[in-house]
Amino acid sequence: MNFATRALLELQESTLLAARSLGGLFRKPRYLPETIAQMDAIGVGSLTIIILTGFFTGGVLTVQTFPTLKTYGAQSQTGYLVAVSLVRELGPVLCALMVTGRVGSAISAELGSMVVSQQIDAMRALGTDPVRKLVAPRILALLISLPLLTVLADVLGIFGGWVTAVALYSVPSTIFVNSVRDAITTDDLIGGVVKPLVFSLIIGAIACRQGLNTEGGTVGVGRSTTRAVVTASIVVIIADYFLAKALQVILGTP
Amino acid sequence: MSSTSIHTTDDRISDDAAESTFREVDDLERAIPAIEFRNVVLAFDDRVILNSLSFKVMKGETKIILGGSGGGKSTIIKLVLGLLKPDSGQILVDGEDVTEYSEYQMMSVRKKIGMVFQEGALFDSLSVYDNVAYRLHEQGVPEEEVEPEVRRMLRFVNLEDAIDKMPIELSGGMRRRVGIARALIGDPKIVLFDEPTAGLDPPTARTICELAMKLRDLEDVSSIFVTHEMNNLEYICSEYAVVDDEGKVVFEREGERLCLINSKVMMMRQGNIIFSGTDESLRRASDPYIQKFLRGH
Repeated sequence: MNFATRALLELQESTLLAARSLGGLFRKPRYLPETIAQMDAIGVGSLTIIILTGFFTGGVLTVQTFPTLKTYGAQSQTGYLVAVSLVRELGPVLCALMVTGRVGSAISAELGSMVVSQQIDAMRALGTDPVRKLVAPRILALLISLPLLTVLADVLGIFGGWVTAVALYSVPSTIFVNSVRDAITTDDLIGGVVKPLVFSLIIGAIACRQGLNTEGGTVGVGRSTTRAVVTASIVVIIADYFLAKALQVILGTP
Repeated sequence: MSSTSIHTTDDRISDDAAESTFREVDDLERAIPAIEFRNVVLAFDDRVILNSLSFKVMKGETKIILGGSGGGKSTIIKLVLGLLKPDSGQILVDGEDVTEYSEYQMMSVRKKIGMVFQEGALFDSLSVYDNVAYRLHEQGVPEEEVEPEVRRMLRFVNLEDAIDKMPIELSGGMRRRVGIARALIGDPKIVLFDEPTAGLDPPTARTICELAMKLRDLEDVSSIFVTHEMNNLEYICSEYAVVDDEGKVVFEREGERLCLINSKVMMMRQGNIIFSGTDESLRRASDPYIQKFLRGH
């Protein structure tokens, strides 16, 4: 099987897995405790890295852009640039990549270990559909947690940018805040939420698919974990490109 | 009075008739194999795993499947459970053709079947109690009914003391026994054992075989017992479980009081059945592979 066929097959299988798990959400039994546990692991568990990533990304944006903007006498627009960059692009993508690294790998490793120790077979033998019991709660938890984490990263990023601008470059606080207020539109906020929703599906489906498809014992668990993180990261970035363009067209943003 | 008497007699006649009908129905039910394979073929790419396999496991019978590694023994169990699908042929469970069943349809079939995995396959994140109770929890059985049932099953495998332990705290033999308790919850009439004694010390292996014998002789369970260990064959085909006068389960050797007819042996090699019959006829078989397998050299 060549690379293109394999990639298409993976895309098909991951899409079917996501569709099956989402379809399972509307039928009994519903695994609410599992979903809440996953939201705790994915959402609450990722808070620290998201806070740090968001804050310092906003800070570094200010560090990198302020001198250039100053050259053109546009230093008052620092907040505008930081806010637009974060809400439209960096917030959703960085958040998705951080969650892929932390959560995607964990999902893949956990499911892979369950496969090699025959726990998935045992689950099926005991009359439980692993897609509904294991995949659906994880994807649903990602769908709820990732947009919230992205909003948090955006807010903290802007805060990080403000701290840097005010403390390092002596930009007046009101100027920074006003430019942020001017920058963010409703369309940006819609785009900032739509993207994490799509990324959640991508991360969840790929990580679960790779985990459930593990072969070859403990070495196979390592392989599928690596494959899950690499594939999900690349697909997130590619999807971001198409989503950005699609949202521009749909929402009519410049 | 007379009318009452006639009525009572009629009732008795009708009760007898009903009992006879129930017996007939029961006999007919018993004539339906618990598991049946009809010309089942399975191949992975060019490698044939099962080559037109046909056999039956009758109600209350234990079918011991012997054979070397890679002979397709465990694949049979996966096919029964619908974890794999055959390329051709038919698989019947309790008279029901499950060959083309979807994953969703198989869920109800799997409720009739208990499965004991090679390494126990316990859920690491759940305690022994939750592992054994898993099937009942999934079915939404109230907790006050779950606990006595879990305790009963753990008593059956002599592990009631381990009820609150986590799987990581258990020895290999204990994990297998918890696996058996988990498989037996809900009283399935078919139990599949996938090399349950592999890697265990002889006394623990004997304990696992005794559990299989108790299921066969006291619970009327039909089972497939996949193994490559000859002492398992020796135990299961030559001993049976009975309840003595004090109510204790004891194991007696075949021939003292009765002859075992509910244990059959099937030997596989490279996806083909090379022997099917009793353990006595297996020992008399002239096939060099079988003789080598029995002698171990």
